[in-house]
Order: sequence, then C-alpha cells, then structure tokens
Amino acid sequence: MTTNGGISPQDAKYALETRDMHVYYGSFRAVKHINLNVERQKITALIGPSGCGKSTVLRSFNRMNELVPSARVEGKVFFHGKNLYDSNVDPVEVRRRIGMVFQKPNPFPKSIYDNIAFGPRINGWQGTKADMDNLVEQSLRASVLWDEVKDKLKESGLSLSGGQQQRLCIARALAIEPEVILMDEPCSALDPISTLKIEELMFELRRQYTIVIVTHNMQQASRASDNTAFFLMDNDRAGTLVEYGPTEQLFTNPQDKRTEDYISGRFG
Amino acid sequence: MSSVSQTGNTSSGMPTDEAMHRNIAQRRQRGRIWQGVLFASTTIGMLVLVILLATIINESFGLIAVQSTVDPATIADRPLEELSKEELIVILEDNLKRRVYQRLEREQPLAERDQAALLEIVRVEVVQEEVVGSWPLNETLFNRAAIEAEVAEEFPRAEIQFRSWINPDFLTNPMSSVPALAGVRTALLGTLWMIGITILFAFPIGVGAAIYLEEYATDTWYNRIIQTNIANLAGVPSIIYGMLGLAIFVRAFEPLTSGTLFGLTDPTTANGRTILSAGLTMGLLILPVIIIAAQESIRAVPNSLRQASYGLGATKWQTIWNHVLPGAMPGILTGTILSVSRAIGETAPLIVVGASTFIVTDPDGPFSKFTALPIQIYNWTARPQDQFRDIAAAAIIVLLIVLLTLNAIAVLLRDYIRKRRSI
Ligand SMILES: Nc1ncnc2c1ncn2[C@@H]1O[C@H](COP(=O)(O)OP(=O)(O)OP(=O)(O)O)[C@@H](O)[C@H]1O
Ligand SMILES: [Mg+2]
Repeated sequence: MTTNGGISPQDAKYALETRDMHVYYGSFRAVKHINLNVERQKITALIGPSGCGKSTVLRSFNRMNELVPSARVEGKVFFHGKNLYDSNVDPVEVRRRIGMVFQKPNPFPKSIYDNIAFGPRINGWQGTKADMDNLVEQSLRASVLWDEVKDKLKESGLSLSGGQQQRLCIARALAIEPEVILMDEPCSALDPISTLKIEELMFELRRQYTIVIVTHNMQQASRASDNTAFFLMDNDRAGTLVEYGPTEQLFTNPQDKRTEDYISGRFG
Repeated sequence: MSSVSQTGNTSSGMPTDEAMHRNIAQRRQRGRIWQGVLFASTTIGMLVLVILLATIINESFGLIAVQSTVDPATIADRPLEELSKEELIVILEDNLKRRVYQRLEREQPLAERDQAALLEIVRVEVVQEEVVGSWPLNETLFNRAAIEAEVAEEFPRAEIQFRSWINPDFLTNPMSSVPALAGVRTALLGTLWMIGITILFAFPIGVGAAIYLEEYATDTWYNRIIQTNIANLAGVPSIIYGMLGLAIFVRAFEPLTSGTLFGLTDPTTANGRTILSAGLTMGLLILPVIIIAAQESIRAVPNSLRQASYGLGATKWQTIWNHVLPGAMPGILTGTILSVSRAIGETAPLIVVGASTFIVTDPDGPFSKFTALPIQIYNWTARPQDQFRDIAAAAIIVLLIVLLTLNAIAVLLRDYIRKRRSI
C-alpha cells in the first residue's frame, strides 16, 4: 500500500482533515466550506438538523459519494497528509482503509460467517481456514455479538434482529482492519439497549480506531463522543459547519448562539 | 341524508357517520366488481388452455381401422413377428417394386434398421396393412358402435384397433413418408441441439450486455438510444429475425456456419443451413428479451448491498460478481425460461433459415442439416391425409413435454439459487 499514489501512514494528530470542501449533487451545493479535523483514536460526532449534509460529509471521507453519479467533491480531504481526491488515489484503497457502517443494517444475504469473511476474502486474504475462523470470532467478539450467534454462524445474516444485524455490519467492517470507521446513524433503527451496547462498543473500539459517527441523538453525542461538529443549513440551503470542538465544551458552553438553540432543543 | 354527529365536522368535506358508511360500502362494491372481472379473465385464459390441450389429446389417441390387401400367410410360413431381420429384408426384396425398395434404401439403408422397423415396413408396404380410417378419442369413447358399423360396411376385411399415436416408436423413428411409420427422433434431436446453441449464445451475451448497460454505461444520449432500440427489437416479428439470420449466418458467415472453416465439410449439409445457423438466429431473436429481463432484475438488487460491498473495499467487478449477479440470477433465469420457451415453438425463422422438412439422419453436431419439431408439425398438418394430422398432434405433445421439461429444470435451478442465497 505504499506505492507512489498510495497513502502512507503517518503519526499525525489528525486522521482526516478537510480543506474548504464543497459537495455538489448536480448543480445543487449540498455542503460548503467544510474545514474539519478528525482526531486520531477519538470519537467525532456529527450533529445537526435533517438535510444539513451530515451524511454527505461522512461519505466524502471514504469517497462513497462517487456511487451517486451526479455527486462531485471540491476541495481537499487529507488522510495521513495525502489528499484522498488526488487523481492517483484509488477509491478501493480508501474504502479498504476507511470502513463504513450504514444507517440501515445491510447484511449480505449470506451466512453470518460469510458476511464477515467476505471483506477479507475480496481484499486478498492469505490465511488458512483456521485463521479465518479466528478472525470471524475476533470480529464478532469485538462487536459484542459473539455470544448471541456463536452456535449459528451458518445461518443467514438476515435471520438476526435489527440490532444484531447492525452489530454484524460493524463486525464486518472491523474484519478488514480499517484505520477509520465511519458510522451513519448506526443506532437509528435500534432499541435503547442495543444502542447502549453499540455505544459501549464504540468506546472499546476507540483504542484502536478513529471513529466518526453521525447521530440525531443529543444524549448519544454528548455521552459517547470526544469531539462534536455541529452543522446547519445556510440561507442558500447548503450545509455549513457552524461549530466544532470538544464535546464537553460544545454542550456546556457553546460559542455560537445557533448551537445553543439546537442543543437545547429550541429548533431543528 | 347524513346525520351530523357531535364530533363530526361537516365543513371539512369529509363524509361522516351514515354518509361514511355508504361511501365505504360503495368502495367495497367497486372492489368486488373488479375482482369479478379479474376472475373472469383468469377463467377465460384457463378455458382456452384446457380446450387446446383437449384438442391435442383428442387427436393423438383413438381407434384406427387396419386392412391388409395381401394375406400374410401367402408371403411367409410363420407369423410375421417371428421372422428375423434377414428374412424380413428378403421378403422386402422379393415383394417390393424396385422404385419403392430404392426409396426406402435411400431414406435409411435397410440393413441398418432394426427388426421392429423392418416389420413395420413389411406390414405397410408388402402386406399393405393400411390404416383406412382413424377416429379421435372422443368418438372412440362415446361412439364406438357407430364406428364399428361404419367399418363393417365400408371395409369388411378391416380390423379395428386402439392406437396411441404417441408411443415409443414415434419417439425413436426417423421421418417417413408413411404416417404410421413416421417418428420425431430427428426433429426432437434437432430442436434440442438448436436450443442448446441458442442458450449458449444468447444467455452469456444477454446477461453481459445487461450488466454493462446497468452497471457501467453512463446516462448519455447514445446509451439511451441503445436502450430504446433493445426495447424495440423485442417486438420485431420473428420472421424478420429469420431473414436476418439468412443474410448473416447462412450467407455471410457460411464458411463458419457450414463448418468448412474447421475442415468439417459434409457434402450433404446444404451450405450454411445448419443447426448452428438456426441456433444463432434463435439466439438473436431472444437476445433483447433476455437483456431486458436481466436489466430489470439487476436493477431490483437493492443499492444498500452494493454500498455495503463497496464500503468493504470491493472493486466494481467484485461487487457485481459476488452480490449483483447472484441477487439478479433468479430473475434472469425466469426471463430466460420465458424466452427460450418462445424460441422452441418458433417456426417462421426456421423456415426462412432453411430447415429441412425431410431428413432421416440424426443431426450429429452444429454443422448438420436439421429439422425441428415445429417444422415437422407444420409440415404434417399441411398434408391431406387424416393420419398426418394425428401424428402432428402427437408431435405437439412431444413439443409440450420438451418445453415443460426445460422449464422445470430452469425453475429447479432458480429455486436452488434462491435457497442458497437465503443462508
Ligand atoms: N443522492 C443524492 N442526490 C441528490 N441530492 C442529495 C442526495 N443525497 C443527499 N442529497 C441532498 O443533499 C442534502 C444533504 O443531504 P444529507 O443526506 O447529507 O443530509 P443529512 O444531514 O444526512 O440528513 P439526515 O439527518 O436526514 O440523514 C439534502 O438537501 C439532500 O436533498
Ligand atoms: Mg443522513
């Protein structure tokens, strides 16, 4: 992964840095002037009202926006000092190193085992069957699902409950050992208990991974993140970054009036 | 007259109470009428199908009256069934006119035929067991006395037998100019060869084109033109495809389709009029349908699966191969089943491409001359004698059985894939 065009790891403070980023869908500018530094091995929460461009920003971190034919990203996103949008960066490598968990659980219609083994396999996995068994177990343990599914690894991933499916998707993302994990409202379809489980899981994962999470849940953002970014739609309907800082500070002592209004539930 | 309840709000325009009940009853009534109409359509469809099947079956079974002009005792000292192959050939040599003998020899050398086939020929040509009358199944069952009376009066020496026109001999006999001897073996093999080539040609190309159009092609004006054209091609009459096949495969690609390119020239093959040409022509015919069906089912694969796959660092092709294609396969197979069923029954393009109407040698490869079941049926129904109509009905049954078998295989395959995917 250290070819000329590739991204080489560096011990910087930030895992991801955007520089004056704009994202367009066709001629519509969905977000503008985003300057956001995501700290390594921290949990960064993106909050803001519906439609303000949180998912759009999140997807620009692993070039998933490219799957929308009309989408276009302007500006720069640095990952370990390398601009992800340079012409010599392969989006496949980006997604291999920056994993993603989606808002709606989307396991493959395959067995639980194969759901997790798929990522390593397509990324050129070299190990033995026993190694793979081990990797599957480790991933499921890491996502706190192992005890619930250890006896039915051959059953369909779709046979699980919604919360279990979401944890399966997290395990699947962990199995390819990414450096950053992006989560788009991973708990929006879950009950409070599953939500708590996933939050505990995120704290666990923070030791190794950098996590960016989109959430609509203020409590979740305040109790489960280190830094918080607040987005809002501007008059031209483009999303902007209003305030960004340590979660504690943003929730107790917001610098911007609009942030204060939002977190105290006065609008949005 | 609607009475207004305390909570009812008349100003909103929404009916309440009695008016609401009447409204609901009305809507239900309308639904029931439509249900009746839909049921009637289904019934009419079923009725037509039943009548069709009944007619075919009616023609394929029934009584026949057989009369022999020569007493078998005068040509052999034992019953005919007990004679060996060689003895039967001698009888044929002695009793047949030269011309008839040579014709039979040309159709298939007598020495190569088996005892049962020779026995049939002796019966038909020497003893001249002739089917002087045949009756469909319904008359056989309900009007037997009248048939017997009629036969007794018109053909006093004739014998009445029950005959199933569809029987093992009918499946294994080659073509013949005598209906009682004719079979569908060459046509059946021709159809199977042709369909095999059609599937091998149209399935990969059709699915490939569909993948390209859905997953790779961008939304540009020329891609949209291609798309529209494919949809239009699906509606082009089959005879046009026949003419296309004649121009391309039979004429332009003759060295390829006749096999000369591979040094396989067979003097009897009528140049490019081979199974290969027919199979490719049928492939062209069903290609648009397969492309459209495959596109539809590829489109139906949820985008969330593609995203999940890309999100794990899969390439486009890995995503297509591992998720899009398996997800779309049941739908693609359904489309293929429907179009192949259509190809099996097509007659017009085959006539244009130059299927033979009378051959007795089995097709032995893509470069053989051939005939196919629908051609055979078409040919037989055009003959004046009643018995040809009976064997045409029997051939239709064979065609239907081939169709059902192929469909069953495809359905099993489809269900197998569905089941494998749901684990
Ligand atoms: N695929 C798309 N094509 C066109 N416009 C899009 C597309 N996806 C998002 N948008 C637009 O971009 C803007 C931001 O959308 P985005 O999904 O990023 O919002 P969000 O903050 O994630 O909202 P939510 O909280 O409801 O998920 C919206 O105005 C939306 O209409
Ligand atoms: Mg969103």
